[in-house]
Amino acid sequence: MKPTDRSQVKFKPGILQNYLFILPAVLIFSVFYIYPFAKTFQLSLCQWDGIMPTTVFVGFANFKNVIFRNTAYWWQSMGNAGYITLIALTLQNLLALALAMACDRAIKSGNFYRVIFFIPPVLSEVVVGLVWKWIYNGDYGLLNYWLSQIGLSGLTRTWLADPKIALTAVAITHSWKGFGWGFIILLAGLQTIPRQLYEAARVDGANAWEIFKRITAPLMVPVFALVSILTVLGTMQAFVLVISMTGGGPGYHTEVPVTRILASMIASSRFGYACAQGIVFGLVLLVVSMLQMRIGKYAKTD
Amino acid sequence: MGIFKHLLDKRLLTLVSFLLIAACLSGCAERDRQKPEVLVWHWMTDRDPAFEELTERYKNQTGVKVKFELYAPSDAYSQKVIAAAQAGTLPDIFSILGERRIFASFIIAGHITCLTSQMNADNNAWRNELFSNALAVNEFSTANQYGVKAGIYGVPLDTMNIQLLYNKDLFKKAGLDPDLPPVSWQEFIEAGRALTAAGIPGLVSGWGEIWMIDCFASNLAWNLMGKDKIIATIKGEVPYTDPDWITVLSLFKEMADTGMLAKGMITMVNKDAEQAFANNRAAFAFNGSWCVNVYRGMNPNLNYATMMFPRLSDEHPVVIWGGAGASFMVNQRSNNKEKAIEFLKWITAKQQQVYLAQTTNNLPSNKDSLSAIAPSLRQFADDMDKTVHPSLLPAGEHPLVIEAFDKGIQSIIIGESSPREIAERVQRVKDRERR
Repeated sequence: MKPTDRSQVKFKPGILQNYLFILPAVLIFSVFYIYPFAKTFQLSLCQWDGIMPTTVFVGFANFKNVIFRNTAYWWQSMGNAGYITLIALTLQNLLALALAMACDRAIKSGNFYRVIFFIPPVLSEVVVGLVWKWIYNGDYGLLNYWLSQIGLSGLTRTWLADPKIALTAVAITHSWKGFGWGFIILLAGLQTIPRQLYEAARVDGANAWEIFKRITAPLMVPVFALVSILTVLGTMQAFVLVISMTGGGPGYHTEVPVTRILASMIASSRFGYACAQGIVFGLVLLVVSMLQMRIGKYAKTD
Repeated sequence: MGIFKHLLDKRLLTLVSFLLIAACLSGCAERDRQKPEVLVWHWMTDRDPAFEELTERYKNQTGVKVKFELYAPSDAYSQKVIAAAQAGTLPDIFSILGERRIFASFIIAGHITCLTSQMNADNNAWRNELFSNALAVNEFSTANQYGVKAGIYGVPLDTMNIQLLYNKDLFKKAGLDPDLPPVSWQEFIEAGRALTAAGIPGLVSGWGEIWMIDCFASNLAWNLMGKDKIIATIKGEVPYTDPDWITVLSLFKEMADTGMLAKGMITMVNKDAEQAFANNRAAFAFNGSWCVNVYRGMNPNLNYATMMFPRLSDEHPVVIWGGAGASFMVNQRSNNKEKAIEFLKWITAKQQQVYLAQTTNNLPSNKDSLSAIAPSLRQFADDMDKTVHPSLLPAGEHPLVIEAFDKGIQSIIIGESSPREIAERVQRVKDRERR
């Protein structure tokens, strides 16, 4: 084929048409993603109370303050979100995987279970938070009631006001609310594995654990990577559950980064500082996600 | 294909175009007819039906259409107002919830009309109708710390104060005299002990919303050390490690040690606390005057009364947190500014205030309307002269210091930190922010 020179390509009507086709997507992406991000970054370099028409340029002072100064509660909130994420990555995803594997088999009423397991994610987070707050209530909560009924009165407590337990209680609720997403994605992944592989393995005498280890797990690595990235991104940004269950208390024990960002923005009117917190938080999530992708790639090639 | 040919028929196209334009024009005309002349944004869910009724009355009297738009809860409302200020889309009348510095920023940014001349017109006619405490929250004096030009920038719709309430039935049950509530702090603690011994939860309040803790601590501090020392602390002349401040923090520890605080109170929102008190699950409540309406809705038979905040010291007067409840501001850039001001004058006049007080059980801002209020609300009204509000102080504390102080009290209650540790922590935050 004869090579065409660049000026010819430039004016080819087909090329212009192609650009026209992607223009709406580019516009939407620019307006709703690029512009807000650029604006957030611009504000993070300023001191602004969110109301005055003028801002004061302070350079990277807000970033310096977020990372090195006023840091105790900010990094504690990051640690709290990390803890909730750890519970979600383990408890929530193991539960999702176990249920997905159960539903992947030809069990009776499989579709019914699929619907049931997907109910928590579609419920409003505020509703879930309030219901679980009632379950955890120290006076008339369901959890304490059942513990008393089975003779474990010694374990009853005010779950959400106890600094040692409050964060775990929130994390468990978050896992309950979120396992349905992992369940659906993992189930879809399991269903792409050819059944013949399982049959061949069984013919060769492999037991359930060996089948999982040699067939299911390796073929599911990309799905595991996807689920874990979504879990990390979703859980680190947890907010509504925390606000509706504990408001970040007692003290700072259930504060998460988003509640701190909101506190900076609304409670103390430091919009620039809040934007800097948001960017630092975004960078942390970016690094974690890239690490996860690397690990996923490594596991796949291994 | 035949249909397309028909559609492309010129006559049909003309007809369709004509109909579309006509429909658009009629739609615009309809919208114009329905467009309110004065738009008000508010967050008061419980008062929405009363506002609807009042706007109808106002329209009948003056022909001016006023529309109240509800945006609840208050947090969401605050954010909406700030976003609207940034976008230049504020309504004719709105409210500012939050600290005085936010109010000041709105004024400096040119969003709020100064109402001093209207208030002072006709020998201060409008000003004299309103409770001075409620109006003071909307007023900036000369040489204020925010650099705002002196004047009145808001109109109080109602007033409020936060008091201690006690359940008379639970008092009887614990062997306490329901007609003699505790007067001193010691008696309050003793009552708490008696209630705990009788298996009755003592005090309930929404201390998960930290501003309620701040109100309680403020009452204690005012009585123990007085206004001047509080101002000196805000100015940085007295540290939070001063023995008086440590005593204030220790009083929370004393309450926690007595076992008189309801379970889970430090993560409880006020709505839950109100439910607990209304359902006879706590003997004391620390709540605002709006609670009269709330308790009536939750349990009309609740047998309760207000009591003065327990006295700690005779050196300074006992005060209670309060002042303006909801205040309205007029948008400086509104095209209907005059109409908006006229409406605010009308809604704060006696007749409308009586209606609001009777239907919503909130304390009216109009002094002449008190005769119409319910007896339970009168108990709150009687103590209006003892109210103080942080907005009235010549200096305001940094929000991070307030947060450290209130969250620190939560830590003291759960036994995680001692009062001294919290005082030192608060002072560290104060020193850092002053730098």
